[in-house]
Amino acid sequence: MGDMIEKLQYYLQYPFVQYALIVGVLIALCSSLLGVTLVLKRFSFIGDGLSHVAFGALAIASVLKVQNSMFVVMPITIVSAVLLLRTGQNAQVKGDAAIAMLSVSALALGYLIMNLFSTSSNLSGDVCTTLFGSTSILTLTVGEVWLCVILSVVIVIIFIVFYNKIFAVTFDESFAKAVGTNVNRYNLLIAVTIAVIIVLAMNLVGSLLISALIIFPALSAMRLFNSFKSVTIFSAVFSVVCALLGMVTAILAGTPVGSTIVAIDGAAFLVCSIIGICKGVNK
Amino acid sequence: MSLIKCTELMIGYNMPILSQALDFSVEEGDYLTIVGENGAGKSTLMKTMLRLIPALSGNIEFGDGLSANEIGYLPQQTIVQRDFPASVREVVVSGCQGTAGFRPFYNEEEKKLAEKNIKRMGMEEYINQSYRNLSGGQQQRVLLARALCATGKLLLLDEPVAGLDPGAMKDLYELIQRLNKEGVAIIMISHDVQVAFQYAKHILHVGEDMFFGTAKEYMESEMGRRFAPGKGGEQ
Repeated sequence: MGDMIEKLQYYLQYPFVQYALIVGVLIALCSSLLGVTLVLKRFSFIGDGLSHVAFGALAIASVLKVQNSMFVVMPITIVSAVLLLRTGQNAQVKGDAAIAMLSVSALALGYLIMNLFSTSSNLSGDVCTTLFGSTSILTLTVGEVWLCVILSVVIVIIFIVFYNKIFAVTFDESFAKAVGTNVNRYNLLIAVTIAVIIVLAMNLVGSLLISALIIFPALSAMRLFNSFKSVTIFSAVFSVVCALLGMVTAILAGTPVGSTIVAIDGAAFLVCSIIGICKGVNK
Repeated sequence: MSLIKCTELMIGYNMPILSQALDFSVEEGDYLTIVGENGAGKSTLMKTMLRLIPALSGNIEFGDGLSANEIGYLPQQTIVQRDFPASVREVVVSGCQGTAGFRPFYNEEEKKLAEKNIKRMGMEEYINQSYRNLSGGQQQRVLLARALCATGKLLLLDEPVAGLDPGAMKDLYELIQRLNKEGVAIIMISHDVQVAFQYAKHILHVGEDMFFGTAKEYMESEMGRRFAPGKGGEQ
């Protein structure tokens, strides 16, 4: 045990480890906040779909040799998020099918582009990093850390300010519309925010595992708590704790960061479910 | 001046769902039941009155100081709500979202109003309980309390008793009746023509043939006789 703490202290001296922890915690916090809404609105898969879009966008960015890939990835993902939430309302291709279609096409296209135009000697390594985020969290620049901090603060503020509206729109869209709430505007806000979170989270867990960050905290909290407020708060705490534990474990054991976090999320979800069943919260 | 007055109203999604235009009005303290076959356009009509979908043509006027946002609406329950983790208090206070407008949080007055309406619906002992753990009838009471937070004048109810057992159904009808006696105008969609006779002051029948008039007139009309006996008690 003493060994481990010493080892941890040793690693914590390095700025890149500190950056990783800061960014990891912030991303975990942000993704859990909107997770509750997405799960309840039956949009769990949107995280998955959008992350694949982000992967495709990243491939395009790397082929175009854009300095900061964020400027390509962010707009493309936001546009896709808006389109996906729109199609939920009136489209020929309905919600889940649209997400599945977009998600696999983006994934395929991304890999194809990388394969055709990549100049890198280690193509499969690149792809693996993007999909599972194996090392990118540990190679963040100061600029990226600041960008992440600013965006996270903005997301948290937006969430707090619009908390009641998000609740209203999630719980009952028809009623919200009937009393004059601009439902489309808030759905748009949710879509844009989720896109931003996903692009940020790609650094942490890679594009394949992002859904876990969004879904596990919300589902675990729903096993244990009965009010929207307590579910939201618990899922934020859950997500941050799991992310921290996951990152520390990954550093100490030398395992890939993203999959370790998700594994811990999954284990914690099981614990929450068992406690929930024992307490009989959700009859 | 009526609370709501619809003149030559054509409804539908892009295409008219009814062959004729609708003309009817709802007065203060009125109790109007909308009856008709499945798919005849009852819900579409209600959504048009709420401005959730645009009217194809014609006019909907709100009067007596009622603004379009001051309508309490009880939509049909969605799947999303069934396992939604929210306390009764949270659900009911969300009825104040229209009055809160751009203000991000509810003020004391709105929270008090929510508590008052929870009491009015006899749900005060469940105030901190989860909505998803309530029975169907209790959930409808909570949604009624929420609708009352949005209005003191007019409630629009879209098949409020759907899926309830007979006992809960009767309770809910009586609760709605009581609200009506307290001065809240009711517009309700119902499958149950028998109940429409029992409680409603006016009846609007939509479908191939239209009827608008008092419950008594409807009963005596040929249409009323045609629909009532066979339809009575049907869910």
